[in-house]
Amino acid sequence: MSRKIPEKEYEKTHSFKFKQWLDGTKDPYLDEVEMKPQKEFCENKEVLKKREEEDKEIFQRVYDVEHNAKIRFFNRAYTVFSVLFCISLVFLLLTAVSHLPKFGQGNNPVNNEVSQRYIEKGLQETGAVNIVTGMILDYRAFDTLGESHVLFIATCTVLILLRSDRKKGKNSIEDMENNDRIYEPKNDIILQTVARILVPPIIIFGIYVILGGHLGPGGGFSGGAVIGAGLILYLNAFGFAKTERFFTAKTYKWMSFGALACYALAKSYSFYTGANHIHSIIPMGTPGAILSSGLILVLNICVGIVVAGTMYTFYAMFRKGGY
Amino acid sequence: MEIFRIILLGFLLVCAISVSLSKKLLNSILIYMSYSLVVSIIWVLLESPDLAITEAAVGAGITSVLFFVTLKKIHAIVGTEKKEEGDKKDEQKDS
Repeated sequence: MSRKIPEKEYEKTHSFKFKQWLDGTKDPYLDEVEMKPQKEFCENKEVLKKREEEDKEIFQRVYDVEHNAKIRFFNRAYTVFSVLFCISLVFLLLTAVSHLPKFGQGNNPVNNEVSQRYIEKGLQETGAVNIVTGMILDYRAFDTLGESHVLFIATCTVLILLRSDRKKGKNSIEDMENNDRIYEPKNDIILQTVARILVPPIIIFGIYVILGGHLGPGGGFSGGAVIGAGLILYLNAFGFAKTERFFTAKTYKWMSFGALACYALAKSYSFYTGANHIHSIIPMGTPGAILSSGLILVLNICVGIVVAGTMYTFYAMFRKGGY
Repeated sequence: MEIFRIILLGFLLVCAISVSLSKKLLNSILIYMSYSLVVSIIWVLLESPDLAITEAAVGAGITSVLFFVTLKKIHAIVGTEKKEEGDKKDEQKDS
């Protein structure tokens, strides 16, 4: 049932306003909301002219477009060939994928005697309950040593690229303004309170992950990354002055040197004894206890120290190019 | 469980596409963070908790923090940058 309402009453309803808005006869925000007209963007004409001229000149000088049939041909051929190349690459990869063995089947070439031996004798030979840690830190510890060195080399590269020269920085005012350190800490109460509550559990969790690497999920790399994240949070909240009390470039240098050297020594000892069939004097312990599985715990701690220091150093380098 | 996995994988696809399509760099970093978190949940479902811890710490934590710092250095975070500059000027006047 519908009834007709008089015209004046109808004008007050929402549906009338909506209809007006749809027709475009009335803007509901006009005179209701405070509005500012947008400023027109006007560029300095001289600068614009100069830039256009420079662009033209450079383009002409570099390519000499009018007399260069080669470049015109190249521009067209480039588009065609890039499309062709992409299509053929996609086709090639898809055919390669379609020839792969099916995922997760028993008679795949992955399931050979190597993985069978790892599963059967892993606990007995390495003493680690977590078979993954046993693999990466015992059977393939040499690879992990290489990975730690890759991380260390990456930090060195970041150091070379991002480190700011201190002597230059002190003189110019611009550098002083760009330097975050002067305005640190920013004393954000929310951030500081959260950091005060969160940082200790994060670091303790990282230590737990490192120490329990041979018993459950975890290990040196993941635990080190967690500790590094905790350190970064602490640094963000309290500034460089607080972290410098316990972590400087010198600390990092000696920490990573000590950890890498310890790793290399421990591993070369086990390689030496293994190659010469000498019985290793390091006790295996009972599987499942914290102090078990021979050298794996030591290696885990070494990797964790290197990774935590590296993560923190990355952040410090990105932040202001130094400690 | 199967449905949950399919939802997660779909979320991954959406994240991956929207990272490349979003116009603000800050937004794409945030989406990338959530991408890493979803990947870490998928690692747990695939029964490799080792990788899940690493993915959550490195992918969602440290990488994105480094991205944020880089964005701040190249003055790509516009809104906060202006405020901070104002703060700095005030501090300089005080000192």
